Amino acid sequence: MTEIVLIPTPPRPPTGLAALLRAFNANKSSWIGLAIVVLVVLAAVFAPLLAPHDPLEQNILDRLKPPTADHLLGTDYFGRDTLSRLLYGARVSLIIGVGATLIAMAFGTAIGMLAGWRGGRFDAVAMQAMDMLLAFPSLILGLIIVAMLGPSMPNIIAAIALTSIPTFARIARAPTIAMKGRDFIEAGRALGFSDMRILTRHILPNIFPEILVMATLWLANAIRTEASLAFIGLGLKPPTPTWGGMIREGFENILDSAWLAIAPGIAILIVVFALNLLGDGLRDAVDPKLRNET
Amino acid sequence: MTAFLIRRIAFAFVTLFAVLTLVFVIVRILPGDPAQIILGDQASREAIEAMHIRLGLDQPIALQYASFLSNALRGDWGISMVTGRPVLAEVLNVLPWTIELTLVSLAMGIAIGVPLGVWAAVRRNRLVDYIVRIASLAGLSFPAFVSAIILLFLFAIELRWFPVISAHKGSVQAWTQSITLPAVSLGLNSAAYITRVTRSAMLEVLSEDYVRTARAKGVPQRIVVWRHALRNALIPIITVAGLYLSTLIGNSVLTEIVFSRPGLGKLIVGALNQRDYTMLEGMMVIYTLAVVVGNLLSDLAYGFVDPRVKLA
Repeated sequence: MTEIVLIPTPPRPPTGLAALLRAFNANKSSWIGLAIVVLVVLAAVFAPLLAPHDPLEQNILDRLKPPTADHLLGTDYFGRDTLSRLLYGARVSLIIGVGATLIAMAFGTAIGMLAGWRGGRFDAVAMQAMDMLLAFPSLILGLIIVAMLGPSMPNIIAAIALTSIPTFARIARAPTIAMKGRDFIEAGRALGFSDMRILTRHILPNIFPEILVMATLWLANAIRTEASLAFIGLGLKPPTPTWGGMIREGFENILDSAWLAIAPGIAILIVVFALNLLGDGLRDAVDPKLRNET
Repeated sequence: MTAFLIRRIAFAFVTLFAVLTLVFVIVRILPGDPAQIILGDQASREAIEAMHIRLGLDQPIALQYASFLSNALRGDWGISMVTGRPVLAEVLNVLPWTIELTLVSLAMGIAIGVPLGVWAAVRRNRLVDYIVRIASLAGLSFPAFVSAIILLFLFAIELRWFPVISAHKGSVQAWTQSITLPAVSLGLNSAAYITRVTRSAMLEVLSEDYVRTARAKGVPQRIVVWRHALRNALIPIITVAGLYLSTLIGNSVLTEIVFSRPGLGKLIVGALNQRDYTMLEGMMVIYTLAVVVGNLLSDLAYGFVDPRVKLA
């Protein structure tokens, strides 16, 4: 009688999202980052419910007041409640940041994947152009574009998106090239799949985690850039509360009411730091080299 | 090395040429007629046409482009629409301030970032590594103007250790006083960035065979780390420092505004507010030049640090 011996197959290492989640779990600091980001998003979404005052309501009698029970973070030059303005300002930061990052992600990934897939002259020209865009200081580029086109929300989003496209192109290109020679892609080609189908259905899902990590880190950057532009005076027009704009107004009174500039500054710092923590943890989770070690 | 250098210089020229073209196109597709902007809304038609001729805007576009290019390369960047002085002179006037600020903060970033990164890498996953990682991530998260405002508030307004307006004159002491806060504020970011790059570059190098070999034959840890490993880790560090120069130049705009320091930052913000197009053209060229030269220098530094680059 022959005995059938089942050779135990080694468990397949989890791939894709499962591996990402597992590695993410192992990293405590990314959880802290995620928690803060979620809190900020909730605060922004529910700003009308949370804000103790109308962010635009002026009160000349309550100008430049230090923190009190009624105004937890004090009031600004026009007597407006700083905390309420901070909560509403989070909306602007998040909308512009997320909008710019999504656009940059879409265009950058498409350019990078096409360059990697096509190779040859298209690749050379496209990536050379990306390198040039990358070489130019992004803040200056954003500044010029917004100053020329005018500081409206779509213009600010477009300017910040433009400066982040090259990074996404670079991130998407390398793994596309690496994947081009893999068997399953060859198989897809042999089956007569169109380039479009291979790129979107077979390559994109595989490189998406890396792009997502980059997006988290660039969201932090986009929020910082928006605030910087607003600080220079190229943010949404007052009285709309934006964090950078609040710092700009607060900075004019820095000698006697420094908290007006410092409070929104700390708000930006916390959000950017949380996003960086999150992105950093995600990157460790995605990077296969690091993954095996943790 | 020569072939490598020639390729890099060629790329620098192509970049410069492309940016010049881009500048030319941007300035011309912008809404608004420059002549109208210079002369104001009340200007007569004749005056505007005369201004067109003076600015060369009546010429065919190809001719305008050719003369723009040749003027730009010859250093004739036109006259500021606002101050009436040559753009090049205005730029050169404040350029040393910005160069000084960026170089001092880059030096500060390297002086702090490299040792910290090496230390964290050597003590991987220990408490020091953890603290350095979190601290550098926090340093990286500071928008340049937020750190500047906090420093200004603490050390210039509250403690009065430094002047609020940082434009130095003459003596070494005045210079140190005026550059410290701006340089620390910008340097904080670069230090955080360079720490992270150094750490990951060192981690990679430290796991290589030759490092193990060196340890196996009894080379002291200090020499393995600082001589064998760091030397190889320097290449990515230099690349990143070179690329970071561009961010640094961009961020210096914010620092200069907070500390009321003369420099390219104040000049460009003024030019933007007043729609000084010729000035903006010049500024875009100078920023590109700065970045291109910075990258070229970091390429040169490779060859210096790593003889293998000769093969590339």
